[in-house]
Amino acid sequence: MYAFTYERPKNVDEAVKLLKKAKDGKILAGGQTLLPAMKLRLASPDTIVDLSRVKGLSGIKASSKAVTIGALTKHIEVMGSAEVQKSIPALAHLASLIGDPAVRNRGTIGGSLANNDPSADYPAAALGLGATIKTNKRELPADKFFKGLFETALAGDEIIESVSFPVPEKAGYEKFPNPASRFALVGVFVSKSKDGVRVAVTGAGEGGVFRVKEMETALAKDFSAKAIEGIKVPAKNMIADIHGTAEYRAHLIGVMARRAVAAAK
Amino acid sequence: MSATGIGAAVRRKEDQRFITGTANYTSDISRPGEVRAWFVRSPHAHATIKKIDTKAAEKMPGVVAVLTGADLANDKIGGLICGWAITSKDGSPMKMGAHPAIAADKVRCVGDQVAVVLAETLNQARDAAEKVKVDYAVLPSVVDPAKATAKGAPQIHDVAPNNQIYDWHIGDKNATDAAFASAKHVTKLEIVNNRLVPNAIEPRAAIAEYDQGNDALTLWNTSQNPHVARLVISAFIGMAPEHKLRVIAPDVGGGFGSKIFIYPEEVVALWAARRVKRPVKWVSDRSEAFLTDAHGRDHVTHAELALDADGKITGLRVRTIANLGAYMSTFSSSVPTYLYATLLSGQYAIPNIYAEVEAVYTNTAPVDAYRGAGRPEATFVVERLVEVAARELGIDPAELRRKNFVKSFPHQTPVIMAYDAGDYDASLTKAMEMVDYRNFGKRKAESERKGKLRGIGFSTYIEACGIAPSQAVGSLGAGVGLWESAEVRVNPTGSVEILTGSHSHGQGHETTFAQLVSERLGVPIETVSVVHGDTDKVQFGMGTYGSRSGAVGMSAISKALDKIEDKAKKVAGYMMEASADDIEFKDGKFTVKGTDKSVGWGDVTLNAYVAHKFTGGQLEPGLKEGAFYDPTNFTFPAGCHIAEVEIDPETGKTTIANWVAVDDFGVIINPMIVEGQVHGGIAQGVGQALLEGASYNADGQLITGSFMDYAMPRAGDLPSFKVDTTMTKCPSNPLGIKGCGEAGAIASPAALINAITNAVGHENVPMPATPGTVWKAAQRAVMKKAAE
Ligand SMILES: Cc1cc2nc3c(=O)[nH]c(=O)nc-3n(C[C@H](O)[C@H](O)[C@H](O)COP(=O)(O)OP(=O)(O)OC[C@H]3O[C@@H](n4cnc5c(N)ncnc54)[C@H](O)[C@@H]3O)c2cc1C
Repeated sequence: MYAFTYERPKNVDEAVKLLKKAKDGKILAGGQTLLPAMKLRLASPDTIVDLSRVKGLSGIKASSKAVTIGALTKHIEVMGSAEVQKSIPALAHLASLIGDPAVRNRGTIGGSLANNDPSADYPAAALGLGATIKTNKRELPADKFFKGLFETALAGDEIIESVSFPVPEKAGYEKFPNPASRFALVGVFVSKSKDGVRVAVTGAGEGGVFRVKEMETALAKDFSAKAIEGIKVPAKNMIADIHGTAEYRAHLIGVMARRAVAAAK
Repeated sequence: MSATGIGAAVRRKEDQRFITGTANYTSDISRPGEVRAWFVRSPHAHATIKKIDTKAAEKMPGVVAVLTGADLANDKIGGLICGWAITSKDGSPMKMGAHPAIAADKVRCVGDQVAVVLAETLNQARDAAEKVKVDYAVLPSVVDPAKATAKGAPQIHDVAPNNQIYDWHIGDKNATDAAFASAKHVTKLEIVNNRLVPNAIEPRAAIAEYDQGNDALTLWNTSQNPHVARLVISAFIGMAPEHKLRVIAPDVGGGFGSKIFIYPEEVVALWAARRVKRPVKWVSDRSEAFLTDAHGRDHVTHAELALDADGKITGLRVRTIANLGAYMSTFSSSVPTYLYATLLSGQYAIPNIYAEVEAVYTNTAPVDAYRGAGRPEATFVVERLVEVAARELGIDPAELRRKNFVKSFPHQTPVIMAYDAGDYDASLTKAMEMVDYRNFGKRKAESERKGKLRGIGFSTYIEACGIAPSQAVGSLGAGVGLWESAEVRVNPTGSVEILTGSHSHGQGHETTFAQLVSERLGVPIETVSVVHGDTDKVQFGMGTYGSRSGAVGMSAISKALDKIEDKAKKVAGYMMEASADDIEFKDGKFTVKGTDKSVGWGDVTLNAYVAHKFTGGQLEPGLKEGAFYDPTNFTFPAGCHIAEVEIDPETGKTTIANWVAVDDFGVIINPMIVEGQVHGGIAQGVGQALLEGASYNADGQLITGSFMDYAMPRAGDLPSFKVDTTMTKCPSNPLGIKGCGEAGAIASPAALINAITNAVGHENVPMPATPGTVWKAAQRAVMKKAAE
């Protein structure tokens, strides 16, 4: 790790000021992504702005329309929340599949979304439910938030405050874990609500999380696994590595999508 | 059987400190005034070093010194060596390239060390290391062993033309060719035995300290064999005379072979400590461990099995290319030769065997012994061939095995080994009962009903352990003898210290060795301590690997205990005014035969040291005896593993539904520890077969350089194992022990791949059988079924 200045602001405004002042400032949430990168000397921020003392960024609020989760809310809290389990069980299920207990006890939803790892789980839920990401500056729909590998619409001094997930009629998430990292080799989130059907895929796309429109159209007509049986996702633009070829990932999207639809609650 | 004697499932004495965080690992040790070392490592797989500029680094805060290969050469520190000489078919010696502890003019793999920075803190050393400017001229590289000897392949060491280290063979070629010419059936397989990263939980570490007053060096390191490390560093590397070098291997967190070897970093630490006259501490981080620990396996093999009309095996022919990496590690040459090809007879009476092994250099990390070392590779070849032959011939795989088992002992194979005892049918039969083989068909049908594929696979393995009689290994090229030493020190109060040349790094010697003493002397195991891992405390010993510490290490202790018993009887004789011949020793009590006169253990030990009763000056005071034990043969643990898998053909995910292991380890000292060794071994074997595989890209960059890409087995990947044993005593050592440390890792990959290929009905499933790989194979099975 390189030397850096450590800051622990009390509120969002102060955090933004510190970020603006820094040459290469970074927000620290659960540290599960940022700290390993710093230890490996792959990231070298000059200033770390630790959000842990900022009030109001953590916690879960549920209404009949939406579940709103504070950016600093840990995976373990989403997984264990009775409200999430009741309103969007697929979301609680997804959180339970992230990493291991140590990671779930530190990692946060805001950190996961801001990081936008192409194999992370939460981006699939955000896109698959049509979530709204609220920052200190604006509200961004998930469709406009994810911009590619590890890239989002966030500005350097923009802080995610909360994420709002509309409550669907039904939703399901199926993840096929990478045997080594246990991130998603392919993860598919499906949801059905009065605004329509969404199918979001993580782990497979070279450009990060994406929607499968063809499946959405078919499922809008008939929300059943059978309805998408014949749909083949092309292997083009799929990630290929030692853990799976592009063809294999494309194939798994179909399998996981059908299983997610069948499991949707 | 006493509660703490041989055969008792005594809880491990050492675990208290391991699980309460009070153990003492090398990196826990700090020496006053120490500096931290960090290595500058090559980012290239193959390059010449044109220039190294250390000026900027030297000016960095906290830097004490920046040293390079040129400095090392100036100080005449010798290079690392491989200690087992192999001779090629044509009679020429193996071609060992120089391996300086810091590369001087050429780097040969990513991670090769090019400079070391010493600084007050680790972070300062790392910061400064980034300022060392190395001017490389990058050369083309080769990582695939099958391509290493091709025309035009980059030349890695000048002494080894075409990157060939040796082209060795064993067995009778003509007789074997004749057997194939007249065979009724020939089974052929192309096999890649995947490269593994050892990943001991404790990364390697070294602390070196120079005592200027005595001109002596001390090295604390993560070693499985500190005396061998001292010998090599002294005699071959020329660091210091043996008596001026102390090597201490304190608690060591797993080795699996990777900590047998002498590594550059510990050599550099010693040399640097003397240069800067301050203790030098180096601790590998996990990324370095992936790059620089000696890897395991990495064979490419073409194998053929010849059978007659009755299903009798008449011949086995094997050609293997073994990747030894960029440098020859300490025992690398022996692994794909004498630890591999000598086991190719498996549990079978095979009249003709011929094996050729070509060892090659590539631009990858060195490859050396890893749990099982050669024997997993041999077992995989033999057990895959036999299983596939059975399938091709339509014979039940268990029947084909039975038909060919060695049934009478001793049995001389055509590849050196003389099997001394075993009952292969017994373990196979028991394993088949335990797995309920008869009802496999029902379980398969049940799986099929759920849309799943089910398969079952056998592995009836044999290994050679103990390694072994020194005369035998010497005749095969070993540079050392492979006996073991022990000293038993009985204190005046009756407590016992065992000084052993073995080294425990997870095996539980502090418990099992104490059990032997408890059994023999009738003392509580709490009063026995086992001292190991310090060349100043313990007499020369050979260390722990090859499942040898029970069969060889404990036999040495047993021999020393014989002497203790003899001497103690003499002491008791003086005490009771009887002849030593009339003294009986049982349960810690010395009795004059036919009388009720007796003295206890504690009385005798005290008397041995006060010596008040020794009249006539015949008996020396004290009670301390030593022994060296050299076995008369290898030991031959053997057994049967059966794996049963269920595969999701849609995803290719393999679930292990059942695992049975029935092993014959000879006499067992502690069944709980043995079971633990079997569990760990199977986990490693499952890791190899399903998950693990070191992967380099064409430029020699290690793609699997962290746990994010290198898949280790986790508890959730494994079923609950059903483990049992059968027993034939080992006739070649006084305790009847065969060894158990490696069996699980040796047996399991073949069982698992046999089960998977059985499920998918297709033999080409390379290791690791990742979901993507199995999916491809399963698709063929599904399509074939649909076509039917
Ligand atoms: C062993 C391991 C296994 C894992 N497995 C999985 C898995 O299976 N699935 C999965 O999805 N993830 C997995 N993760 C990642 C984990 O979920 C992390 O928690 C997550 O990626 C980052 O969250 P964090 O709170 O730790 O963020 P940090 O590491 O603190 O920050 C990550 C990045 O986000 C930025 N950031 C953080 N909070 C905010 C905010 N509120 N506003 C703007 N920017 C912000 C930071 O500046 C930084 O750039 C794993 C991680 C580890 C170490």
